[in-house]
Amino acid sequence: MNPVQYLKNHPFSFFLRMLVYVSAAITVTVLVFLIGYILYKGVPNLTLPGIFDWKFTSQNMSMTPAIINTVLMTALSLLMAVPIGVFAAIYLVEYSKKGNKLVKLIRVTAETLSGIPSIVYGLFGFIVFVITLGWSYTLLSGAITLSIMILPLIMRTTEEALMAVPDSYREGSFGLGAGRLRTVFRIIVPSAMPGILSGIILAIGRIVGESAALIFTAGTNPVVPGSVFSSVSTLSVHMYALMTEGLYVDQAYAVAVVLLAVVVLINALSAALARKLTKK
Amino acid sequence: MRKIIELIMKIVFLLSACISVLAVAVICYFLFSEGLPAIAEIGPGNFLGGTLWKPLEGLFGILPMIIGSIYVTAGAILIGVPIGLLCAIFMAKFCPAKLYRFLKPAIDLLAGIPSIVYGFFGLVVIVPVMQVLTGTSGKGVLTASIMLGIMILPTIISVSESSLRAVPESYYEGSLALGATHERSVFFAVLPAAKSGIMAGIILGIGRAIGETMAVVMIAGNQPVIPSSITSGVRTLTANIVMEMGYATGLHREALIATAVVLFVFILIINVSFSLLKRRND
Repeated sequence: MNPVQYLKNHPFSFFLRMLVYVSAAITVTVLVFLIGYILYKGVPNLTLPGIFDWKFTSQNMSMTPAIINTVLMTALSLLMAVPIGVFAAIYLVEYSKKGNKLVKLIRVTAETLSGIPSIVYGLFGFIVFVITLGWSYTLLSGAITLSIMILPLIMRTTEEALMAVPDSYREGSFGLGAGRLRTVFRIIVPSAMPGILSGIILAIGRIVGESAALIFTAGTNPVVPGSVFSSVSTLSVHMYALMTEGLYVDQAYAVAVVLLAVVVLINALSAALARKLTKK
Repeated sequence: MRKIIELIMKIVFLLSACISVLAVAVICYFLFSEGLPAIAEIGPGNFLGGTLWKPLEGLFGILPMIIGSIYVTAGAILIGVPIGLLCAIFMAKFCPAKLYRFLKPAIDLLAGIPSIVYGFFGLVVIVPVMQVLTGTSGKGVLTASIMLGIMILPTIISVSESSLRAVPESYYEGSLALGATHERSVFFAVLPAAKSGIMAGIILGIGRAIGETMAVVMIAGNQPVIPSSITSGVRTLTANIVMEMGYATGLHREALIATAVVLFVFILIINVSFSLLKRRND
């Protein structure tokens, strides 16, 4: 049936169809416009003098230290959150008994953690590390705050990946005389690896994009840190600082381009991993 | 020996699992122990119901920020939910497979863009457009609502889409067999069946909108007064914290932490209603 005839015979259905098409078009347009606009205005700014210089000065507003800080922050947060998150998921899937009260409590608290806004995490980190422990703004306080923030994400994705491992693997391993621990580390975790990795990649995305939780824990100092007790700013925080000062909009565009590139890369990686998962 | 290692590792796993419980307990403890005394000192009525926020004069009323957060979140829902829901219907029931291969990653990308980048986009694109359209500063309830509406789109879309896909195909087929068109079948047979899943998505969206900080602080104007129209400036609870925490001391700082307590309670209410809905689903 051609559209004109369809409109005549089923005007209401035609209207509904149009609504659906228009909404999808709006969503895609917003995304394309947002990315296109930032790339169009930002890519020329990647060649600003000194924007990628090794050392930050108030003349070049270099983002290289912020990139290094982002890598350090990500590594340090993952170092704390991944083992805890994966171990917690292992406990929930492989060790706990169904209907256990403690397991229920763990699930409820993990859900609560994933709903807490990042500014509340930031404030919490500020109270604990800056006020109570007197560390002032440090890389370590930022990383600990972020590791609590990404913990529920890692727990949930790992849990899903572990649960997707067929029971026959476990039975096979037990049948060959392997203990529970050996089964977990030699059989179950390796086969759940793509799922666990995609969770870690999602977590990296959250860390790279995070700003509200870091401003009052890691500070806004765009230099390479001397130790974990130095104040650092990641790319997102650096961008915030550039924007609020109002003088460095060109540099902010350049940072936005880099952030977008990271996000695209992360999404492509996790999609590739997901494809690998479904193929199996 | 092996048994001992097994036991030790089991305890390690158990302790790891308990970290999330510990984290929630510690977060609650620090927020409430710093925030509640401040509320008591200011007076709950003056704090929650006061319309004046003047830290220098010792006036700490956060009613404008509570109302600001509610306005902005409601605006985001009004904009984000219809578009997101219809887009989810498109993806689940109208989209050709070839297009879907591009659309799905696009929605994921929308979800992955950092909020600071959204805020920047709002500042350099939406704010100037609003200036021209409304003749004001361009920063205000409407601007923030549009921005947040866009930001909650991916949440609404992905949750709604999966709950639409979870509706048994027989609903749709039954409706078709009774002579309804494809559109009517989707809207009047499949959509009502996915209602509670969609509600859960909307609640998640509300949680995201109310907790959003960096994007809002850039484009909302941040005046601590109750907005008189949709174009006037507004300050949310989150913006209040992020703007003043850097230099606040004494009771001012505690009042900001108390602001976070109020925000935290909002989020807890949202979380509880989300899990209640989910439980009804299962």
